[in-house]
Amino acid sequence: MNVLDIKDLRVEFPGRKSVFVAVDEVSLKVEAGKILGVVGESGAGKSTVGNAVIGLLQEPGHIAGGQVYLHGQRIDELPYKKMRQLRGRKIGMIFQDPLTSLDPLQTVEAQLVETIRTHLPLSGKEAQQRAIELIDAVGIPNPAERIKQYPHQFSGGMRQRVVIALALCAEPELVIADEPTTALDVSIQAQILELMKKLCEERNVAMLVITHDMGVIADITDHVAVMYHGELVEYGETNQVLGAPNHPYTQSLISAVPRPDIKVERFPVVNYIEKAGTPQKHIDISTHWLGKSREYEKVNGPLVQIRDLEMRFETKGSVFPSQREYFHAVKKVSFDINEGETFGLVGESGSGKSTVARVVTGLYHPSGGSILFGNTELTSLKNQRETMAMRRQMQMIFQDPYSSLNARMRVKDIIAEPIKFHKLASSNSEVRQIVDDLLDHVGLGAAAGLKFPHEFSGGQRQRISIARALATRPRFLICDEPTSALDVSIQAQILNLLKDLQEELGLTMLFISHDLAVIRQMCNRIGVMRNGELCEVADCDQLFENPQHEYTQQLLNLMPSMELLSRANLETA
Amino acid sequence: MIGFATRRLLQAMIVMLVVALLAFTMFRFVGDPINQMVGIETSIEEREALRERLGLNDPIPVQFARFIGNAVQFDFGTSYQFKQPVSELFAKRIPATLELSFASFVFALIVGIPMGIYAGLNRESAISKLFLSVSLVGISLPTFFIGILLIFLFSVTLQWLPSFGRGDVVQVGSWWTTGFLTASGLKALILPAVTLGMYQMTLIMRLIRAEMLEVIRTDYIKFARARGLPDRLVHFRHALKNTMVPVITITGLQLGSIIAFATITETVFQWPGMGLMFLQAVQNVDIPIMSAYLLLTAFLFVAINFIVDILYFFIDPRLRVGRP
Repeated sequence: MNVLDIKDLRVEFPGRKSVFVAVDEVSLKVEAGKILGVVGESGAGKSTVGNAVIGLLQEPGHIAGGQVYLHGQRIDELPYKKMRQLRGRKIGMIFQDPLTSLDPLQTVEAQLVETIRTHLPLSGKEAQQRAIELIDAVGIPNPAERIKQYPHQFSGGMRQRVVIALALCAEPELVIADEPTTALDVSIQAQILELMKKLCEERNVAMLVITHDMGVIADITDHVAVMYHGELVEYGETNQVLGAPNHPYTQSLISAVPRPDIKVERFPVVNYIEKAGTPQKHIDISTHWLGKSREYEKVNGPLVQIRDLEMRFETKGSVFPSQREYFHAVKKVSFDINEGETFGLVGESGSGKSTVARVVTGLYHPSGGSILFGNTELTSLKNQRETMAMRRQMQMIFQDPYSSLNARMRVKDIIAEPIKFHKLASSNSEVRQIVDDLLDHVGLGAAAGLKFPHEFSGGQRQRISIARALATRPRFLICDEPTSALDVSIQAQILNLLKDLQEELGLTMLFISHDLAVIRQMCNRIGVMRNGELCEVADCDQLFENPQHEYTQQLLNLMPSMELLSRANLETA
Repeated sequence: MIGFATRRLLQAMIVMLVVALLAFTMFRFVGDPINQMVGIETSIEEREALRERLGLNDPIPVQFARFIGNAVQFDFGTSYQFKQPVSELFAKRIPATLELSFASFVFALIVGIPMGIYAGLNRESAISKLFLSVSLVGISLPTFFIGILLIFLFSVTLQWLPSFGRGDVVQVGSWWTTGFLTASGLKALILPAVTLGMYQMTLIMRLIRAEMLEVIRTDYIKFARARGLPDRLVHFRHALKNTMVPVITITGLQLGSIIAFATITETVFQWPGMGLMFLQAVQNVDIPIMSAYLLLTAFLFVAINFIVDILYFFIDPRLRVGRP
C-alpha cells in the first residue's frame, strides 16, 4: 500500500497575461518506510509538488488537475478545515532554513506542546513528557533542560533537529522534507541525513525529500524523481537512475556535479539547458584595455604572504582592558599565495575562512600579524592614496548575487563605477566601450548594460559581479563562496568562466568554499580551516589523496558518496 | 539587563539635565523677569532689591543649581499671570489632561489593533480596503478640523454630546478630580478623546497591518501552518507577538505625544487641561509655566522611552542574553 500516491498532478499559477504551469502531469508514489527523492534545479517545480500535497500552495497557485491520495483517501479536494487537521497529524513538513523556521519568541517546549495538543488528546503534563521524549529521540542532549530554551540558543544543526521533532510530534505517516540540509555544513548535513533515515525506518514513515543536491539523493533515497521545468523527466530506483540515466537532462545534470575524486580541466556543462546566453564576443587581451598595463612590480617569492594573522571581535565591552572578552575568529594563520595560482580555503561555517578574506581586502583591520602583498605591507598602509592603489589590485566576488549588486543602478553604471573611481580611462566614451566589452567577455552581451540587476538570474548576476571585479584590472581576485547560491549547471558555467579569466589575465585567486568538490576542481593549493585555525596546507591532489590532519580526513569522509553517480557521460565536457 | 537599565537611566538623566538647562535659559533670556513682575512705577532701587532677593544677581551656575534643586522638589516658581505657585496650577490641570490622554489612547488601541490585524490577515477583502481609505482620512485631516467636524455633527446638529468642557467632576483624594464617574463627564469625554486618538488609531492600525503582512510571510508562520495549528494560534500566538516590538516602540512614543500635545484638542473643546494653560501662558509670556511645561513634557517622554526599552526584554528573549 502506498502512503502517498500522486496521479497526474498539475499546478497552475495564473498570471496577469498567461497561466504559468509549475507542475505538469506528475505522478509519484511513496511507500511506508521508504524515501523518495525529488531532484531538479531551481524553477523545476519540485517544491511546488511538496506544497501541493500539504495544501499550502502560495496564492494564486492551485491544483488544476490530477489527484493526491494519502493511504487511498483523496486529499487534494478536502475543505480547508479537514486539510488543516491532516497537516502535522498525517503529513509532517521540514523546511530548508532552520534559522527561520522556528518562532523566535516561544520556547521550544511551547512550540512542541502546542503542536502535540492540537493533534492529540493529551494533558499539558503528558504533552510535555512527550516533547522531552521527542527531543531526546532526535538526538539533542539534556532534553529536559534544552527544551526550556528559545530557538536562538540552539545551533543551526540542533535547530533542524527541533524542526524534525516538530514535524514528527503527532506521528505523521508522511514527512515532506524541502531541502532539509541545504543550509547546513557537511558534517551536520551527514548527521541530519542519518537521523532522517533512522527515523524513517524506525517509525515506518514515508518520506518525500526535495533537494537540488545529487549527493543527498545518492545518500538516503530509495527512489528518485528528476524534474525539469515542471515535468517529470525520469523516475525510478535511485541506483538505476543515477547509475544509468536514460534522459539527456538527467545525464547532463549528473555530469555537472563537481567531482571530488578526480580533477578535470573544465566543468562539464549541462548542455540540456536551452538558454546558452549571448554568444561571447571574446576580446583580444593582448591589445585590449583589460590586458594593458598589467606590468605590476615584480615580486620575488609569493604574491601574498600572510603571517600570524589574528582577528578578534569584542564580545563583552568594558572600560578596563582586563575585563573585555573577545571572540577569536582567526588565530595565527599563515600561508602564501603564489603569483598566478588559485589558493583554496575550505572549512565549515564559523571556521573563519570568510574573515580571512575580509581582512586581506581591508574590510576588517586585523588585530595582529602581517599581510605582505607584493612588496607592500598592507597592515601598515598610511594614507588614502596608498590604500586605494592596493585596493585597485585586489577585488572581491561575494557569495550572494542578490544582495551584492546595488538594485537601483543600471548594470553599466555598476561596472563603470570602479573604472571612474580609480580613473582608469581617459574619457566617458572609452569607459562605455570598456563596459560593453567586459559584459561581452563575461558572456552577458553589451545590451545587458541597460538593465537593472533584478532582471537577471542568480548566475547572470554573478557574471555581473565578475565583470565589476575585472573593471579595476585587478591582479588578485578573492572569491568568497561565489557559486554556493547557484544551481549545479550554473555553477559549472561560472567556475569555467573564472578559470578562463584566470588563464587569460594571469590572475591570482583566493577561492573560499565549503564545497570540497568545487575546491578540488578550482584550486592548486588548499588550506583547511577549523575554529579560526589553519589545520593543513597542501597541494590539491595530495590533500585529497593523502590527507594528513585528522580534521581533513574527517571532512573527506563526510562527503556524500558519489559512487552511484554515473560517469559515463563525461564526454559532454 | 540591570546594566542595561542603569545605562539607560543615566542617559535619561543627561537628557533631563539638558532640557532643564533650556528651561532655565528661558528665564534668563526671554525678557527680564523683573519687568514681568512689577509695575511701571516701581523704582530702580526696589527693582534691584527684588533682583537681589530672588537671587538673580548670583553667578549663573549657582542659579542653575538652585533651579534644578527647586525643580526636583516640584517648585517651579510663581506664575506671572495668576500669582500662584506653578506646581499648584499644574496639579489642578493634570487630571484633566491625563484622563483625556488615557481615554484617547485606549480608544486608539482598542480600535486600531483589531483593525490592523484584520487588514493584515485579509489583505484583499473589501473591508480592509475600506479601513485603509478611512485611515487615510484620519492621517491627513488636521486634528482641529476633525474636532470641529465632530462638534458640528454630534453637538450642533444631533445635540447628543456636549461641545466643550469636562462636564461634572468628582473629587477623588486630595487633588485628583475625575470625570469618569459622572454621566456628563463621560459624555464630555467622548468627542475630545476620539478627536485626539484618531491620528494614533490610524497610525497603529497601519503599523500593525504592515508588520502583520511582513510576519505572515516568514518561514516560521509557514511552518506553524504546516504543523496544522489552528488559525487562532498561528495568528495570535505566533504572528501577533512577533509584530509587537516595533508596535510598542511607536505606540509608546505616541502616548507621550498624546499627553504632551493635547494642546490643540484642548483648545478646540475648551478642555481645562495643561495644554490650554500652556497656550494661555505663551500668549502672556508666563515663563514659569512655560518652563515647567517643557520639563514635564520632557520627563514624560524620557520615562515612556525607558519603560518601552524595558518592555523589549519581556517580549523578545533574544535580547535577554548576549546583550552586553
